[in-house]
Amino acid sequence: MKFLHLVLANLGRHKRRTFLTTASVALALFLFASLRTVVTTLAATAQFGSARRLVSDNATGIVFPLPLSYANKLRAVPGVQAVSWANWFGGRYGDNKRFFAQFAVDPESYLEMYPEISVPEDQKQAFFREKSSALIGRRLVDVFGWHLGQDVTIQGTIFPGDWTFTVRGIYTPTDASINDDMLLFRHDYFEERLGRPGVAGWYVVRIDNPEHAAGIAKTIDDQFRNSSAATKTGTEQAFNASFATMWGNVSLLMGTIGFAVVFAILLVTANAMMMSARERTREVAILKTIGFTDRTLFGMVMLEAAGIALTGAAIGLGGAKLLYQATNFNAAGFLPGFDVTAETLVLGAAIALLLMLASGLVPAVRAARLPVVQALRRVE
Amino acid sequence: MPLVEIREVNKSFQRGSEKIEVFTGLTLDVDEGSFTALMGPSGSGKSTLLNLVAGLDRPTQGTVRVAGAEVSSMTPGQLAPWRARHIGFVFQQLNLLPVLTAYQNVELPLLLTRLSRKERDERIRIALALVGLEDRMLHYPRQLSGGQEQRVSIARAVVADPTLVLLDEPTGQLDARSSEDVLQLLRRLNEEFKKTIIIVTHDVHAAESARTVLHLDKGRLIERQGAAV
Repeated sequence: MKFLHLVLANLGRHKRRTFLTTASVALALFLFASLRTVVTTLAATAQFGSARRLVSDNATGIVFPLPLSYANKLRAVPGVQAVSWANWFGGRYGDNKRFFAQFAVDPESYLEMYPEISVPEDQKQAFFREKSSALIGRRLVDVFGWHLGQDVTIQGTIFPGDWTFTVRGIYTPTDASINDDMLLFRHDYFEERLGRPGVAGWYVVRIDNPEHAAGIAKTIDDQFRNSSAATKTGTEQAFNASFATMWGNVSLLMGTIGFAVVFAILLVTANAMMMSARERTREVAILKTIGFTDRTLFGMVMLEAAGIALTGAAIGLGGAKLLYQATNFNAAGFLPGFDVTAETLVLGAAIALLLMLASGLVPAVRAARLPVVQALRRVE
Repeated sequence: MPLVEIREVNKSFQRGSEKIEVFTGLTLDVDEGSFTALMGPSGSGKSTLLNLVAGLDRPTQGTVRVAGAEVSSMTPGQLAPWRARHIGFVFQQLNLLPVLTAYQNVELPLLLTRLSRKERDERIRIALALVGLEDRMLHYPRQLSGGQEQRVSIARAVVADPTLVLLDEPTGQLDARSSEDVLQLLRRLNEEFKKTIIIVTHDVHAAESARTVLHLDKGRLIERQGAAV
């Protein structure tokens, strides 16, 4: 600790350089934490979902609907306890700067299927009663200042026209797998506005036993195999995972970019540290002449590197954690539960340590091994 | 009684393919409590001799003993603490760390001791008072004149009460008045505080301050003036 002021004084020698180096480390680790959190959130999304829920969508692709008439046939499949359905709406609100998902859902069966969507009972009943009503996530209240009884108009894109809903309920998710910024409206209203085409985007089926999932899924798909709209049924987890795998290359890309950024910054930091050490060749020689040991000088240079790397890490990683937590960031609903994990923080800290070693080791060894006479002769 | 004993020292450097012999069989003693000036033309080996005595360099052959310790056979790990205890060194210029105040620069050798903060503070103040710079202790080197910088360097060289103070051209970059201040200070350190001082200089006036003058040329001791060596 006696040498700490010396280390701090050296760090303060070129304040702007130290600041920029620390800032670049902080930025690198902030980006690393952010990009890795995209990857971990996507991976976590694939883990969400109840093992007792199956999802059936069109075997040709999720953008193709299924007949609404399948609902009764699905209910009749052995092992199926409940059936619900939903449609992606894809509308815009206002200037569309803040995207959120809208779904047309069968009100009673959907809320019964998803107990994780918690709605006060009186609001739930109001939603069941009124055809043009809507449920909104709590975050939409925070973002838009909407309130119960307010009319909200969404411009349809897939289903054109202005769609006005009255907010009758505000839900709170009790599980991170459920976005808190969706707008759910009634499927019968959707059907009515579209002239009753009788379609559902996908079905959600609750089964009696997760162990029967594969058998029930096969039974469902076999049942519709030769129909005009064959189904593809799997667990809700698999359904989510299929969404996540759509991001597969993005995950790889983000992971690669994250490491590339960190590596680039590592080189910049290492260069700055080495430059700083080179400038002090004479001073190191003077300290050795005074009697500072090689080990002490090695430690002091490493401590400087640690000061920059760890301060940068604390700002970058801590900043990412706090920022995303404070703003409840979820990439406009695409990444629910976006949170920098402890694993990411530990990995970031490990990178900071690596950065410290990589940037500090060469100048530290050089300082420790510096022959005094040669150093003085070189400078003079 | 000799404090520094140099026996049959050879020292050579390799410059490219050329081997440069600095000393061949140099033998000399420096007494405890003496004030010795090393003079000679450039390349005569003055600074090299100082470096050998301080353990900053090694002889190719022969022995260098200081206060009974054979410096020439010590490992780098042994030399650093030995220097901290026994040697105060002043270079011609740029002695001070620019990021530290005069006080902090003088404190450096004391950081290597077991002295408490209070004890260090007392010693630093005494050393700075000795060189007449107690009112400049919070100044950074860039805020000091060349002469003041050298005096701070001398304060740092003596603050840990070393056995031997070595100075390499300490007045080489100073004006006449600053040089005189520094030389006066060295005389006082030698006479009042009984410090053994070896100074390398080109300056005849500076050498006159010493009680013994050794003339080196081409790595050989060619003349000695003053007290016996």
